Amino acid sequence: MEPVYVSFHEANSFFSNLYDLFAEWSFWGVSPIPDWLAYFLAGFLIVFAVVNSVVVVTTVGTWVERRLIGRFQSRVGPNRWGPWGLATPIADAVKLLSKEDTRPEGVDIWVFNLAPLVFIVTPLLVFAVIPFGEGTYIANLNIGILFIIAVTTVPTIAMFMAGWASGNRYSLFGAMRGVAQLVSYEVPMVLSIVGVLLMSGSLSLVDIVEAQRIPFILLQPLGFFIFLLAISAEMNRSPFDIVEADSELVAGFHTEYSGMKWGTFQLAEFIAPFGAASIITTLFLKGWDGPLLPDFVWFFGKVCFVWFVLLWIRATLPRFRVDQIMALAWKCLFPLGILNLFITAAEVLIWGDPTTAQLWIMVGINWAVAITCLVGISQLMSDKLSTRAPLAPVPVRRARGLREVR
Amino acid sequence: MPIRTEPVTINLGPQHPSTHGVFRMRITFDGEMILDVEPVFGYLHRGSEKLAEERTYTQVITLTDRLDYVSSMSNNLAYVLAVEKLSGINPPERAMYIRVIVAELQRIVSHLVATGFFLNDLGALATPLMYCFREREKILDLFEMLCGARITLSYMRVGGVFQDAPPDFWHSLSDFLNYMPDYIDEYERLITGNEIMLIRTKGTGILSAETAINSSISGPVLRASGVNWDLRKTDPYDVYDRVDFDVPQGTVGDNYDRYLTRVAEMRQSLRIIEQCVDQIEEGPVRTEVPALLRPPVGDAYGHVEGPKGELGFYIVSDGSIAPYRFKIRSPSLINLSALRGMMVGSNLADMIVTFGSMDINMGEVDR
Amino acid sequence: MNIIGVGIAKGLSVTFRNLFRKASTIRYPEEAAPQAPRFRGEEFAWYEERCTGCASCAKFCPLGIIKIVTHPGGINVQEGQSYAIDVFDIDLGRCMFCGLCVEACPYDALFMGSGFERSTYRRDDLVIQVDELRQAEKRPSTWFRPQLEAKEYRPQTGQPLSWEEVGR
Repeated sequence: MEPVYVSFHEANSFFSNLYDLFAEWSFWGVSPIPDWLAYFLAGFLIVFAVVNSVVVVTTVGTWVERRLIGRFQSRVGPNRWGPWGLATPIADAVKLLSKEDTRPEGVDIWVFNLAPLVFIVTPLLVFAVIPFGEGTYIANLNIGILFIIAVTTVPTIAMFMAGWASGNRYSLFGAMRGVAQLVSYEVPMVLSIVGVLLMSGSLSLVDIVEAQRIPFILLQPLGFFIFLLAISAEMNRSPFDIVEADSELVAGFHTEYSGMKWGTFQLAEFIAPFGAASIITTLFLKGWDGPLLPDFVWFFGKVCFVWFVLLWIRATLPRFRVDQIMALAWKCLFPLGILNLFITAAEVLIWGDPTTAQLWIMVGINWAVAITCLVGISQLMSDKLSTRAPLAPVPVRRARGLREVR
Repeated sequence: MPIRTEPVTINLGPQHPSTHGVFRMRITFDGEMILDVEPVFGYLHRGSEKLAEERTYTQVITLTDRLDYVSSMSNNLAYVLAVEKLSGINPPERAMYIRVIVAELQRIVSHLVATGFFLNDLGALATPLMYCFREREKILDLFEMLCGARITLSYMRVGGVFQDAPPDFWHSLSDFLNYMPDYIDEYERLITGNEIMLIRTKGTGILSAETAINSSISGPVLRASGVNWDLRKTDPYDVYDRVDFDVPQGTVGDNYDRYLTRVAEMRQSLRIIEQCVDQIEEGPVRTEVPALLRPPVGDAYGHVEGPKGELGFYIVSDGSIAPYRFKIRSPSLINLSALRGMMVGSNLADMIVTFGSMDINMGEVDR
Repeated sequence: MNIIGVGIAKGLSVTFRNLFRKASTIRYPEEAAPQAPRFRGEEFAWYEERCTGCASCAKFCPLGIIKIVTHPGGINVQEGQSYAIDVFDIDLGRCMFCGLCVEACPYDALFMGSGFERSTYRRDDLVIQVDELRQAEKRPSTWFRPQLEAKEYRPQTGQPLSWEEVGR
């Protein structure tokens, strides 16, 4: 067998047990079943379980997201269907399935139908290389991070397919804006990841988790910040959501979709934050590692925490303008990424195999650089970002208490 | 070979999530830059001016409610002032104080709506909008306590206010005055220093003072451009000359200044209400006016500083029970004339934000 | 000099604090929204004993939705002679609940109600006829009736009032 299967077989005990179980089967008189079939069944079951759990977590996540955004806005979220509204995702699915599947005239039918499928492939593929626990993963690719970067560029083509095939001038316009945004933010994303790679010395995600003696969020504050912004922009999430919420003029690349095709787009939009949170957890927060509780619980907890932070940012901040998004990517994050790369490379060169004390020195240096950059950029943009004094003196508050009733 | 682009005209139709009300704009733009804007309105025209000629002076009050449906008390007040000027009726003192209190509460409501929707246009996922509406609910509850309705109020009458406030109203008003400044502080903390808001609204949609004066703009839009003109100071009506307040004034006239002006005006409104609550005395709230009022032949113009600008009514009477001519000077319609100047040459993305900051209400524009 | 991020952090703290406050939604229809006693709703309270058939309410309605048809020969308990009411229709489909009809009535015979939940499948069903007005439970709103307010009557929770108790 090829090396990648062998490492999968050896390292992942769950898979190998499953394989052995299947290899013993006799089936319609053919005993035992052929090797490739055992592999296929074992692999299929594991992938089936992972994909289904991701999708189920996402659908419950839609309910949690809507409730939480409701609480942020001082209102109750959906609470009608089922106890506390838990059956709302089922109601949504039923509604979407029962809608008419429109197809406007003049669409390119093959591209139109394929675009949602291509769009949803990416967030699911990301989970193939992420370690959920010690020794628990689907595949330990020795090029794990490169695989993720490659796969997260696929939504670009899917967005363009959707915009082009809609036959609508404004969908195309919106799709092109989206493509520009996604392509621009690839560069800072990769640069921040390279900083992590220099520290860990390997592209494989399992090795990255194990190489973190101190979580990389402390060692790479600049990298974490750049990665957070870049992955928000890759997912079209507020404050970078010009593509999907561009209600000014263009209604986005998924205007002409209705019913479950649109539902597929939305599902992909909801799985993406979980995928991004998983990547951030693996790269910067030490993955599944933690005392006391089982490692899967730690992983899930960290993913939920990062997901909550992404949701919090989404609920609070207004949107950027298109040209400001591009300016941010190229003029701000790109130079910061290169600076981060230089400093990390210099540190790795000086301290090749650092002890814990030296790691803490690196933490100090990196944080000092990050804060200097922050102050420097604030100074450069101070005229654009200064608030104005109140336009009239704020009235003096009188002492509290009910006034005399007239 | 230079790239030749062609300007394209699109229609930002009457139904649209970002236009406040049914408002249509035909925009010609070249790439991202706007070349021409042609506003088309009239989708909400209900013929208020003609209908008023068939109704008695008291019945017309119900028509005025529905002009700027967000600030109904100011509309009522302007109309009632015009009729009182026409017939020479003086309302009692307590009525004037209650009118000012209610008009300032209405100003807070209108500015909350304007600010909330402005931030909605900026893309902040309705969170500031929900906060603004939460406070608006409390003021609407005060109005319900006072006159039984929340939005179309018909509270004023010729000769005073319709009915005196119940004792619960003063308790609730005191509570409101106690906690509302905290809520305005909360909005400011959420929005005013937000870097994204600053980048998007500073320096966009600039309206110079000279253009504003030449286009007869009034209201917070005018004051944000640096012109010190407020009808409550220059031509005081009711008891505005007995209360002390500042008029917030901007410097540059961009979207950020307009937002800051509205927030500052909310604070000043609270100050005015506090002083009125201190100064108010017992007394009647309505002078005796015949049910079918017949003003003497003549005309009068009554105006107030509404939340959106100078709202005026010009009434011509021919001695009968209904007005002969009822002309509305609506601030939103006049403010619309500056729209083209502000938008041409700017970015497509800034256009919606600029329109939102002007706070146009289609009920007033179309009447 | 403002550090970038401070404004955003303040905004984030405001939303985070709101997460722990009570939601301000009223869960209708399980919870009822609090109504003021002066609320101008439908379910008009019409006291036939006080009504003389003068049709001032119909004259003062800005929309002209009240239709009154009478014939002479009725006996009004308070005033003696009056008109007998044959038809008294209020078209709720076009009523704007301004209350000018209540303001117009000189005999305190018509009061606003507190309802807001009347929805029907046909527009014609929205017209209130005189029989319904006669038989309905009368919980008058205190709008423009200072005598009811002096008694601190609450239409939402109080008992229905009879014609003797509602006059000036």
